[in-house]
Amino acid sequence: MELWQMTALELGRKIKDKEVTAVEAAKASLAQIRKVEGTVHAYVTVDEEGALLRAKQAQEKIEAGELAGPLAGVPVAVKDNICTKGMRTTCSSRMLENFVPTYSADAAERLTDAGAVILGKTNMDEFAMGSTTETSAFGVTRNPWNPEHVPGGSSGGSCAAVAAGECFLALGSDTGGSIRQPSSFCGVTGIKPTYGTVSRYGLIAYGSSLDQIGPVGRDVADCAALLEVLAAHDCRDSTSVARKDTDFTAALADDVKGMRIGIPADYLGEGLDAGVRRAVLEAAQVLKERGAVVEQFDLSLVEYAIPAYYVIASAEASSNLSRFDGVKYGYRCEDAEGLHHMYKKTRSEGFGPEVKRRIMLGSFVLSSGYYDAYYLKALRTKALIKKAFDEAFAKYDVILGPAAPYTAPRLGESLSDPIQMYLGDIYTISVNLAGLPGMTVPCGMDAKGLPIGLQLIGDCFKEKNILRAGYAFEQARGRAPLADVGRLTEAEKKEGEAR
Amino acid sequence: MSRQYETVIGLEVHVELATRTKIFCGCSTAFGGAPNTHTCPVCTGMPGSLPVLNKRVVELALAVGLATGCSINQYCKFDRKNYFYPDNPQNYQISQLYLPICHDGGVEIETADGGKKVVGIHEIHMEEDAGKLIHDEWEDCSLVDFNRSGVPLIEIVSEPDMRSADEVIAYLDKLRLIIQYLGASDCKLQEGSMRADVNLSVREAGAREFGTRTEMKNLNSFKAIARAIEGERTRQIDLLESGRPVIQETRRWDDAKEYSYAMRSKEDAQDYRYFPDPDLTPVVISDEMIREIRNRQPEFRTEKKARYIKEFGLPEYDADILTGTKRLADIFEEAVAVCHRPKKVSNWLMVETMRLLKEREMDADRITFSPEHLAKLIGLVEAGTVNGSVAKEVFEKIFDEDVDPERYVEEHGLKMENDTDALQKTVAEVVEANPQSVTDYRAGKKKAMGFLVGQTMKATGGKANPAAVNQILREILEEKQHE
Repeated sequence: MELWQMTALELGRKIKDKEVTAVEAAKASLAQIRKVEGTVHAYVTVDEEGALLRAKQAQEKIEAGELAGPLAGVPVAVKDNICTKGMRTTCSSRMLENFVPTYSADAAERLTDAGAVILGKTNMDEFAMGSTTETSAFGVTRNPWNPEHVPGGSSGGSCAAVAAGECFLALGSDTGGSIRQPSSFCGVTGIKPTYGTVSRYGLIAYGSSLDQIGPVGRDVADCAALLEVLAAHDCRDSTSVARKDTDFTAALADDVKGMRIGIPADYLGEGLDAGVRRAVLEAAQVLKERGAVVEQFDLSLVEYAIPAYYVIASAEASSNLSRFDGVKYGYRCEDAEGLHHMYKKTRSEGFGPEVKRRIMLGSFVLSSGYYDAYYLKALRTKALIKKAFDEAFAKYDVILGPAAPYTAPRLGESLSDPIQMYLGDIYTISVNLAGLPGMTVPCGMDAKGLPIGLQLIGDCFKEKNILRAGYAFEQARGRAPLADVGRLTEAEKKEGEAR
Repeated sequence: MSRQYETVIGLEVHVELATRTKIFCGCSTAFGGAPNTHTCPVCTGMPGSLPVLNKRVVELALAVGLATGCSINQYCKFDRKNYFYPDNPQNYQISQLYLPICHDGGVEIETADGGKKVVGIHEIHMEEDAGKLIHDEWEDCSLVDFNRSGVPLIEIVSEPDMRSADEVIAYLDKLRLIIQYLGASDCKLQEGSMRADVNLSVREAGAREFGTRTEMKNLNSFKAIARAIEGERTRQIDLLESGRPVIQETRRWDDAKEYSYAMRSKEDAQDYRYFPDPDLTPVVISDEMIREIRNRQPEFRTEKKARYIKEFGLPEYDADILTGTKRLADIFEEAVAVCHRPKKVSNWLMVETMRLLKEREMDADRITFSPEHLAKLIGLVEAGTVNGSVAKEVFEKIFDEDVDPERYVEEHGLKMENDTDALQKTVAEVVEANPQSVTDYRAGKKKAMGFLVGQTMKATGGKANPAAVNQILREILEEKQHE
């Protein structure tokens, strides 16, 4: 097995055992990036020089005995909406094309403190608004399993980078499914933790009450190890929770005996691709065979989650994104006539169409006369959805379902019909509205050879339940393979030669 | 003017709270400092930064609310007020709309006819201040300084309960005193740590409906507020008398021109799209916290006044003036603590200090001298080191430059001249040089004595002990008479 094909924990162990150095690991990742990035385009910024320097420093600390964690020396990637001091952070927007933060996000600091080596920043939908990574101002990211398809979004760059072996682990962020849906499309594992578990300090906000940073990795154990590093109380984030139960790797036991698993019948109905449905139910059967009690139930309110989400997230976004005005940092238009013209022109030129659409939607639902009818009603819906989950978790330890209604669409298919794209978030969005933890684990391939993801949802602060279920499933079915981008590019070459 | 009109006034008062750090970050609130040096990612609106509430702000807002008889929202929230302006780095201000910390209070004021009335307080809410724009016309650009961005404010919104400029001033005075006594703010109008916007309408006497109101901004002193109220009242009555409507709008007072100018009308009023700030959790105020802050409340004016009379034996008049400004009361207490001469300290504050304040056109709040220096000066007079007229001269130096009186007297050779031999010589010379006065005195014109004392004082540069001069002069004059 080549270095780049290992899991993060396998690599970490080899580094610890002095079989591999952090610099060799970084070089292996950089070589893989060079090899496949032309096809995948998972990164906005690859900081080769900086990564090698950081790897050298990490290695020195490892040798000095100052770094002993399981991720010491492991090359990782960071979604480009998470601030990294001195490293360009663009949110894949023209607005922040040249923005270099003066400080690092708490999550990025924790990565570095654990000895992980940041390789660069991954592509995303502009300001995390989108489900395909096609709204990036810096070009689309392609699905490593088939470059004609999208990787999903908005953390499409992070998930594609992990799937293509361009890093061992990555940070994503999830506001309405932005970790779980691309993890499903790219065949990797991703966790959206309970709201408040990972500090949002330094995460460039989209929908503040829904945003969470989480890990993307090659298997459940890698994700648990990274989440353990990230989860900590941060006094710089008022919504950060002080938790004591963050020893997530302790939950990696192949034991689901007696675990109560509920499948919302609402998640298996109309609109769900037959292949996805089959794979998800097969996965449920696997868990049942290993001792879990699995049954279907009615979750209810599922159809209200999407409108409530788009009202709340857009409202918050319209306010969060008002700071991008050309005054202090980022893009400023040329030839403005006066202040208001400068604001208008800067924002018209700096933001892409999807971002503008959501700013307008959000401004509308907050405007006087509409606030009660839209925003307040959406908040009430959010509370009802939380209540429906509370009732479900009185009966079940884990809720199981698909992460997305279908596998990765072809490039260009989704953006032509935004409403259809919004509807694709149906299984992931209510988890954010209720603040719950959710995880995607690969559970098979469709007829076109595209990955299918299983979603496991837990009650608030019960990440360990979904980790245990996910780990048990993975043990039964075996770890999902990495995408062989090389093979595809070879195939394409042959195709080209044939022509 | 045939009809009688009544003026209806409500105030929105912004007060900067005296916290060491800003409302949502750890940056200093200190005045001055090079532009953008008291800043961090939070108060400059950097992407990804988040606000964290300064608990001290809640305590001070709560203290003001309790001292003004407000009810407390023990579950209160912060909301975002969205508007674009470059002094506001996030393009939204974190404020409170839906659930402000305090509501429904009031303060009692004295009216012109000597009666009392309560001015209602609608609400008090917490919010953040904005930065400062500097327009450089030379370079044709505007620059922004975020040092003030995030300085904590409370906004105290009154009911429309005031009917005259006098009532407005009485209300502001009372509010200022309460807040100063609490130590919640220094409430300096000129420096902007207290700002008042005036909402004013007029209606025919006896009418039940309110007239259309205007809001006036840019009022930097009590005098400007009084003038603005008069000016706006007249403007609105003139409009009504000539059959034109008053337009609901925000106006800017130009105190130099004594006229207000329309800034924006209700039609182009902005929709602030308020909504609860998702970055901040609701503020929950416990019964215990309220109890604690109530217990910590300081001695207010009435109690302090009674204590000055009882403990220091001050006349009621003195006690009333001294407690009328927190600054004077503080100086009084600190100086007395050093020199233990309450009546002497009171005299210096009531007479010389008041005279200099008037001369310099200053408010007592702006006094900068240290009470210790006043106490030292009183000590010098008591010990006979300086005489009364020198003491007044030294005090003026203390008042203006806060000099140390002991060192100043030493350096300028102002010690009282008690050397009898030298004085005898000087007096003899004065007598020699003024034979006419001596003749006059002997002729029974006792006033001539005063002239000779004055001449002697002048000859000693004012340093002579006046009692000694009198005695020596008398001796010489009487002596010569008996010759």
